[in-house]
Amino acid sequence: MEPSPHTAQSNPPVSNVVSNLSERDLVRRSASTIPPPARQLEPVAKLIDVSKCIGCKACQSACIEWNDTSPAIETNVGVYENPHDLTPEMFTLMRFTEWDNPQTGNLEWLIRKDGCMHCEDPGCLKACPAPGAIVQYSNGIVDFVHENCIGCGYCVKGCPFDIPRISKVDHKAYKCTLCSDRVAVGQGPACAKACPTHAISFGTKEDMNKLADSRIKDLKSRGYDNAGLYDPQGVGGTHVMYVLHHNDQPEIYANLPRDPRISPVVNAWKGMAKYVGFAAMGLAAAAGILHSAFVGPNRVTREDEEKAENLVKDNA
Amino acid sequence: MTNSWTDIRNTDLVVIMGGNAAEAHPCGFKWVTEAKANRGAKLIVVDPRYTRSASVSDFYAPIRQGTDIAFLLGVINYCMLNDKVQWEYVKAFTNATYVVKDGFAYQDGLFTGYDENKRDYDRSTWDYQIGPDGFAVVDETLQNPRCVWNMLKAHVATYTPEMVERICGTPKDKFLKVAQMIAECSTPTKTMTSMYALGWTQHSKGSQNIRCMAMLQLILGNIGVRGGGMNALRGHSNIQGLTDVGLMSNLLPGYMNIPVEKEADFATYMSSRAFKPLRPNQTSYWQNYKKFFVSFQKAMWGDAATAQNDFAYHYLPKLDVPAYDVLRTFELMHQGKVNGYFCQGFNPLLAFPNRQKITESLSKLKWLVTMDPLDTETSRFWENHGVYNNVDTASIKTEVIQLPSTCFAEDFGALTNSGRWLQWHWAGGTPPGEAKRDNWIMAQIHRRLRALYEKEGGPFPDPILGLTWNYADPDEPTAEELAKEMNGYAVETLYDPADPSKVVLEKGKQVVNFSVLRDDGSTACGCWIYSGCFNEAGNNMARRDNSDPDDTGAYPNWTFAWPLNRRILYNRASADVQGKPWDPTRKLIAWDGTKWSGYDVPDIAPNAKPDVVGPFIMNQEGTARLFARGLMREGPFPVHYEPFEAPIANVIAPKIRGNPAARVFQDDLKQFATSEEFPYAATSYRLTEHFHYWTKHNRVNAVLQPEFFVEISEQLAKEKGITPGSWVRVWSKRGEVKAKAVVTKRIKPLMCDGKLVHVVGIPLHWGFMGAARKGWGPNSLTPFVGDANIETPEYKAFLVNIEPTTGPVTS
Amino acid sequence: MEPDDIETGDAIRPGKPVVVDRYKKGARINHWITAACLILLALSGLALFHPSLFFLTGLFGGGQNTRALHPWIGVVLFFSFAGLFFRFWRANLPKRVDAEWLAHANDLLAGHEEKMPEVGKYNAGQKFIFWSMTTLIVILIGTGILIWDQYFYAWATIPQKRVAVLAHSLAAVVIICVWIVHVYAAIWVRGTINAMTRGSVTGGWAWRHHRLWLKELAERHKFKKPTAPAE
Repeated sequence: MEPSPHTAQSNPPVSNVVSNLSERDLVRRSASTIPPPARQLEPVAKLIDVSKCIGCKACQSACIEWNDTSPAIETNVGVYENPHDLTPEMFTLMRFTEWDNPQTGNLEWLIRKDGCMHCEDPGCLKACPAPGAIVQYSNGIVDFVHENCIGCGYCVKGCPFDIPRISKVDHKAYKCTLCSDRVAVGQGPACAKACPTHAISFGTKEDMNKLADSRIKDLKSRGYDNAGLYDPQGVGGTHVMYVLHHNDQPEIYANLPRDPRISPVVNAWKGMAKYVGFAAMGLAAAAGILHSAFVGPNRVTREDEEKAENLVKDNA
Repeated sequence: MTNSWTDIRNTDLVVIMGGNAAEAHPCGFKWVTEAKANRGAKLIVVDPRYTRSASVSDFYAPIRQGTDIAFLLGVINYCMLNDKVQWEYVKAFTNATYVVKDGFAYQDGLFTGYDENKRDYDRSTWDYQIGPDGFAVVDETLQNPRCVWNMLKAHVATYTPEMVERICGTPKDKFLKVAQMIAECSTPTKTMTSMYALGWTQHSKGSQNIRCMAMLQLILGNIGVRGGGMNALRGHSNIQGLTDVGLMSNLLPGYMNIPVEKEADFATYMSSRAFKPLRPNQTSYWQNYKKFFVSFQKAMWGDAATAQNDFAYHYLPKLDVPAYDVLRTFELMHQGKVNGYFCQGFNPLLAFPNRQKITESLSKLKWLVTMDPLDTETSRFWENHGVYNNVDTASIKTEVIQLPSTCFAEDFGALTNSGRWLQWHWAGGTPPGEAKRDNWIMAQIHRRLRALYEKEGGPFPDPILGLTWNYADPDEPTAEELAKEMNGYAVETLYDPADPSKVVLEKGKQVVNFSVLRDDGSTACGCWIYSGCFNEAGNNMARRDNSDPDDTGAYPNWTFAWPLNRRILYNRASADVQGKPWDPTRKLIAWDGTKWSGYDVPDIAPNAKPDVVGPFIMNQEGTARLFARGLMREGPFPVHYEPFEAPIANVIAPKIRGNPAARVFQDDLKQFATSEEFPYAATSYRLTEHFHYWTKHNRVNAVLQPEFFVEISEQLAKEKGITPGSWVRVWSKRGEVKAKAVVTKRIKPLMCDGKLVHVVGIPLHWGFMGAARKGWGPNSLTPFVGDANIETPEYKAFLVNIEPTTGPVTS
Repeated sequence: MEPDDIETGDAIRPGKPVVVDRYKKGARINHWITAACLILLALSGLALFHPSLFFLTGLFGGGQNTRALHPWIGVVLFFSFAGLFFRFWRANLPKRVDAEWLAHANDLLAGHEEKMPEVGKYNAGQKFIFWSMTTLIVILIGTGILIWDQYFYAWATIPQKRVAVLAHSLAAVVIICVWIVHVYAAIWVRGTINAMTRGSVTGGWAWRHHRLWLKELAERHKFKKPTAPAE
């Protein structure tokens, strides 16, 4: 029996298990056309309940440990965020916002764990020019395959959430993998495992939707009338979702986009521009060929040479 | 904790005050989120700062640091005036009905018997009237004006919502909202839990902060019940264990006392420890004191402790002062009266107040030994680190010996958590380099000392030479061996006193628990409250059965909880006078007509009749104490006292500075500042990214919070021209630090007694060693004074000044 | 006052046939560096433009190298083209005759060049190539810098970069088309490539395609001894 998605809270299997994610589970592969996957894996999701998050950064710590990254020891710049932004060495980041709720007059400290949203329609993958550098598995995980990455940064432009970062060291793109290596052997992501308050849950997307419903009900009972699930449809839904107390204003959570979608500019670049470009270049070449076939070369005649000689003589 | 971490999930209301559980205890805080998610529990946070705990709270109220007693007495007043009292509980299970001795009174912030010169009280009137039957007089009708209830009512009447606002700066409407939410828990079916930590202990009246909440919890009937209790969130993974095994200068293991000078012989020592019941038929469990004490002496000195020599009572040191706490020790060191100092897992250069004084004191030692897995600041106190530790190395003659020890994950044994669970753990790694386990180091020191005593004799070698040291490897006693010793064993074969032909336990066997200990020297037990942890059933601390019948949160077969694997202390109080649970959905134990039984180990004799024997068996009364008698140094009721450095005068008693019974050394008194010199109210605290001064040695933690900062309000920043992320200088009368400024909406100025009070928040995690950027701790600024009862330094409330500056010059 | 379209080194060398020096050696080297860069940029750019052309990264030693080299080649092209620009810009200034020439563009394409008006060193078509290249290279270097994240990541926001990358790719398409026209014209009009290889054309070529320029040179030749042949 191959491992299926587990919640992050359950204990990991103790026996040796074979990875459940392979090439045959890909539904998308950047800059490639691939056959449909052999099977459909159960879609997974990470649910981040912002209302339960205490901003302890255990997720960041677990992420650093599991992925064996080494972010720089920075300085304090007057805020709690450290590192100050996502980096090629820091795939997830607590973002803190002090927000005065105009309705209640109370301060709220909104703490959102930022990181890859694992879009159903991933802009990074769409933008990527390197075959196989970005892949999407049938369970929804969008992963970067570093040996195929060329470091062009197109994924950065394709992403509606400003997530991927390019390393200055090896010139490859990095972001949260949803711990695909853990999920492949039936474990939840490291961040979810480390989260002390179960603000991060992991499981099937269906289960996470149900969990979100119960959380939203609880929040509504506490007076958060606009509590809701952030699973933006503009990118086909995401495999990392948020429970927000103020789902009507996602932008107050450190600029979480209200209606993220792949930018029309990116769509134009990766769609129209390609066809128009090839057409234009093809037409130009074809016009030359046709012209040369029908009209023939434009040759200098003997007469032209004589006229030139005469001109030069006349002026001599 | 009276309850356990896992029990918090059973509560209806969590009050986090004097702590910041989400930030300082994030793993334990999960039980708060469980209660909220599964029971619809509410969370209240009362704190000078809008903390990470507040960020997930249902209600937040600001409070000026050091005014918790005024706030809590205000809540008690509110409950009393609005009849939000669990009457049956209060009348039966507390001393509300007891009549107080004539002569006891309270006026202008002081109780009867104060001596200003001694800064201490004559506490003889702080007691009950004793009737002709030898028992305390009670008035079940609560009519007597001198019964505890009425005296308390009069005492708290001052603390009106208006007065609370005036002292604490908490807006009246916010205070009333908190009071009303708390008061709802006075019904038998609603419980509140109190989660507190160093936000209450690190004050010159820390013990009374906690006592005040305990009184409120008693009035609401929340002690001994599921989801209730007083829950101290201990600051280190094993600090509960530290106090349990008596690592205090005045304690023996299991909260027994080291004798004082006037208790020259055993009879005198025991004479004040008879613990005669103050009401008829009460248990007064400390009547067993002698059994525990004698068993302890037998564990220590074996055959050398005999009935003839009073079980080697003369081996014990006799204290000439109440305690050699750390503040006193450093004061003595400062006076040049201490030659050598052992620091085992302790970093006083950052952990104790007035760093300048600590540095001066350490410089006066002949030698300092540090036993630590880390290269601590204390180990390097002599080393010049520029502005961060600007000492003149050449002038310091102290010889420092660093003994590298293991980290927790390189060692095995039990850690005692806040919920009194002795959790066994196994080593996950091998110690690096020359690091050795503490047991090995201690054993080596002992064996070498012993050899010296054997060779050279000396004035009194007996306690060292006679010490029981029968470990398989005398060079390194194992954790199992030590645990077995603490559990206790039969020195002689034990016979049933009722039937001397019946063997209870054979010689050499482990005792089942402390109930079989004897005072005749036939049993040995190193720490009576831990007895039962490693008996003939094996190592109960290593149990890992996480089943939880009926989801009570007790997990009875997970490790071992002292005492007797009891998960909730005073659990007898979870049932009414007839022994029926107050709340059937929250049953713990119940009386079935003949015995007590249920989900937890009953905290009372199993056959003790419910309407006869009171639930608080450790007290001579059998009840809990709203009136503390003479057991608290500054008074039987809590009183609002300002911190020694306060932004306003005490509104209740303007002439009193600080806690009148707190000990103050003369030189330190001169270093207390006034609000004219230092206008801003500072407080210190932990951040979730770090653990004390340890994790700054870890790269990952250093990444997550790299640099020392202080937090101020937007208003103060504007007033002082401080921009976010810029450098500021913060100084007190004792020292100065430089830090980055975090300007935040989470700190707001408070209006106290007509004065706008600005709060400066100072986290404590930086020093001059480790991976994180170099910085300072708040102890460069804090005053050298502690709690009146247990001397915990006043770290949470002091005065500073602040100004913009440039970054420190680093070489 | 010399006409705008006579550049240094332009000269007539009488003989049979007449030889006209059109491009000095420096200009030719400059041109071919630019040409090589443009081709390399097109190849490396196209490799990242469409997956079906990703194999072209093989020419540069793989995707990482392609990504790293492309912008640097762009920088070389920019400065190289700048050299051409300063050599040729005066001769490419638009003239009234260009409009007339353009009006007869169909005749030219149909092979009836005799119907065309006389033009100077460059006809309107060539001027169009010149100015298109100029404009597009400025666009490409500008947008290229905005998406050259290795050094200029912070110079633009992501939405700006998206526009930049789209503009860059469209400009690249256009410049490739312009290049195709340029190359085709050079091949179609026989004798043209000589100008950029050996630096000279025949008198007949000049008579046929750039008669005004030839006449101006001939006029000048009257007063001056021809300078030494461009070597």
